[in-house]
Amino acid sequence: MNAPNPAFAPTRRAVLAIAAGVAGELALSFRLSGNTAMAQSAEASSFRPNSVVRIDRDGTVTLVVPYAEMGQGSLMSVAMLVAEELEIEPSAVKTEHAIGDNVLYASPLLGEQITGGSLSLRGAWKPMRQAGAAARMMLVEAAARGWSVPISSCHAEAGHVLHPASGRRVAYGTLVQVASTVPVPQDPPLKTGTLRLIGKTLQRIDSPAKVNGSAIFGIDVRLPGMRYASVMACPVLGGTLRRVDQAPALAICGVRQVVELPNAIAVVADHTGAARKGLAALKPEWSDGANASLDTAGLVATCDAALGTQGLIAETKGEPARAMSAAKTTYEADFRLPMLAHAALEPLCCTAHVRPGSCEIWVGSQAPGRARNEVAQALGLPAEAVQVNNHLIGGGFGRRLQSEWITQAALIARQVDAPVKVTWSREEDMRQGSYRFHNHSRIKVGLDERGMPVSWDHRIVGPAVMAWFLPGYFRNGIDLDVTGGAYGPYALPNLSVDFVRNDPPSGLMVGNWRGVGDTRNGFIVESVIDELAHRAGRDPVDYRRALLEPGSRMLAVLDRAAKESGRDGALPRNSARGVAILSAFGSHIALVAQVDMNEQGRIRVPRMTCVVDCGRAVNPGIVRQQIEGGIIFGLSAALYGKITVRNGQVEQSNFHDYPVVRMNEAPAIEVVVMDSLEEPGGVGEPGTAVVAPAVLNAIRSITGKRLLALPLDPAMVQTS
Amino acid sequence: MLIQVNGSKREADVDPDTPLLWVLRDVFGLTGTKFGCGVAMCGACTVHVGGQPRRACVTPVGDIGEQPILTIEALDGSVTGQALQKAWLAVDVVQCGYCQSGQLMQAAALLEAKPNPDDADIDAAMSGNICRCGTYGRIRTAIKQAAADLPLPARAP
Ligand code: FES
Ligand code: FES
Repeated sequence: MNAPNPAFAPTRRAVLAIAAGVAGELALSFRLSGNTAMAQSAEASSFRPNSVVRIDRDGTVTLVVPYAEMGQGSLMSVAMLVAEELEIEPSAVKTEHAIGDNVLYASPLLGEQITGGSLSLRGAWKPMRQAGAAARMMLVEAAARGWSVPISSCHAEAGHVLHPASGRRVAYGTLVQVASTVPVPQDPPLKTGTLRLIGKTLQRIDSPAKVNGSAIFGIDVRLPGMRYASVMACPVLGGTLRRVDQAPALAICGVRQVVELPNAIAVVADHTGAARKGLAALKPEWSDGANASLDTAGLVATCDAALGTQGLIAETKGEPARAMSAAKTTYEADFRLPMLAHAALEPLCCTAHVRPGSCEIWVGSQAPGRARNEVAQALGLPAEAVQVNNHLIGGGFGRRLQSEWITQAALIARQVDAPVKVTWSREEDMRQGSYRFHNHSRIKVGLDERGMPVSWDHRIVGPAVMAWFLPGYFRNGIDLDVTGGAYGPYALPNLSVDFVRNDPPSGLMVGNWRGVGDTRNGFIVESVIDELAHRAGRDPVDYRRALLEPGSRMLAVLDRAAKESGRDGALPRNSARGVAILSAFGSHIALVAQVDMNEQGRIRVPRMTCVVDCGRAVNPGIVRQQIEGGIIFGLSAALYGKITVRNGQVEQSNFHDYPVVRMNEAPAIEVVVMDSLEEPGGVGEPGTAVVAPAVLNAIRSITGKRLLALPLDPAMVQTS
Repeated sequence: MLIQVNGSKREADVDPDTPLLWVLRDVFGLTGTKFGCGVAMCGACTVHVGGQPRRACVTPVGDIGEQPILTIEALDGSVTGQALQKAWLAVDVVQCGYCQSGQLMQAAALLEAKPNPDDADIDAAMSGNICRCGTYGRIRTAIKQAAADLPLPARAP
């Protein structure tokens, strides 16, 4: 999922049109198109815009954004793209979340209204700018008409159109009526040369409301007459509700109602405090079902067994078998990755109001169009009868690509005579996740006499999430996400990648997790390459250098990281720097992690240096934020991340048994963003992908021991 | 029962063992204070009770009595709060923003107790506040910047 959906031949050109029938404003609608065919038919007849730049008579510019904002800065970035061409300041742009609609608001690169895969900006880059450019051209033409002067003698600046020859100047708001009668330019040219905003670090427009408590996240929605619910599903994954005595909850002050679903129970009250107290008072009896004896040891054993079976060939190059048998020596290793939860800070929460024949949802979703369809299906309504209002998200990381919790809220609301806000407890959020599933890899590398790889064999055992999540990324039985990045950015002469599909048992939900496939394979590839460097007696940076395309962007990034991290400077005994690199999501990244180990063999990570070439950075400040955040996220997983199952129940419940990195453990992070004029690449995920290998590679340098599994043994982590 | 929040008295008809968090959010509509864990492990719900930082998710509303409560919505009522908010924007701390109400309230309590915190002070005061977006480095910078910004007489106690 790190690349455009292969099921499409995406066009990135904006298709522009005027929205009909809106008086007193210039509403320029445009389509971030799903595929070429769709765009062409749209141009021909039934044009269905999916994004809107609206300019009101008072000059207010509103941008309806189809993407979710979960911290990655999508609102600011798209506002900058439009503002650049429209000649206004980003702070003058008001943003609104688009409602959930998979047809209207499909991402041009994924084909659905999905925010994920670090693809938002990559899809928005050209269409958003063209929309701004078209609006500007129409406003300039409107002004020129009014003054009866040539269009070429006018230009736009700071929300006004200017005619320098006569010194006249008019605000956009005054022009919107006339501008809305000007023909819409098709394929308007973008600014060239020096840009005013793009490429600058500008303060995010969504921040002011987030430092004074006024920002409204999904969990903050308030409606007249609304009720509050707390919910618990069967703790055994996939189990069902047998019976419950509702009386103890109903006896609690503020509790209104107990709602039973086939697999869960919810308490509805006047406030969440009463709902939580009511839920805690219940002793539901569950039917555990098929997963009653499911445990992590069994899941791991299944993966291990699968390592011994030949998978479907995902990729080959050269003559891997011949080269392997001709190799001087070989390196073989098995790698094991645990199950992980997303643990975003905002627990899952959804407000729903079901009336006869319709349903309205208030939520923060990464896939609101899907949520709409799934709710409609669950309630037996047509999709048009369901409206999904999207909101700010307090961290997504992939969990909110799923919609089962939204459907659950709708099913609860169906039994409640008012809008109801269903807030999951942290424990529920941890135990009913859509986890990253176990991934195991078997690696065999054939080496020449200098210890350089001549043949690369990578067997991946993992789930086929894409088979149901985005079937465009599932080809001939192979999950293109799980198998992506299976040999890194290296120019290897002979290779073979095979995939053994290993789905979880029904009831255990798995999904996408920040960094997706490249985070799993990045760990494995970068561990192996590093180990090969050690075995060849070479510096890990030099070894990688020898395997990268000369003149490539990846090589330049690695060189810069080596320089920036001062890797030649001396470190104290029992400290080392580890390196890891990745080319994915349209970006190239290198991370150098310093690891210090104490007398007890416990480590801490005081410092990280990261260099990224993500093409043209729309806002380098946001790039830095995303890389820093991705690194902390990856570090939490490397040090602690592990979800385990026992008797069918997830054992972890809150931040004491699913710890995450805190202030006192957070390394100092330096991020260098390379200057580049290439198309923007994604930055939300690559930072996460390089952390674990960099840290474990540093540990290898200190201890001489190669660790092959995540997370670290708790006995190795210094916690204060 | 009557509670004093952000300078005004408000009435809540709830059981005294109800956590303050839900009274603030659901009864009073002060949704700036966030829910993250419910067990005093993440800091998202941090408010000031009687001038001290408290986790609202584990503070029974019946225990508050006369003590005034300050939430993020009124943080800009103090010079410390204003300096922190300004620094937060200048350093571009915020990502998803969900933890930031709690971070700011915790930081305000820190600066009021220690006008010039060093790294160890910041670690000690702020390590109970989780940020899953990983804004820790910028929070550290912003706290120091706010501290430097505050005119000395205006600083604590
Ligand atoms: S919600 Fe109170 S500390 Fe987490
Ligand atoms: S900014 Fe998202 S949790 Fe802190």
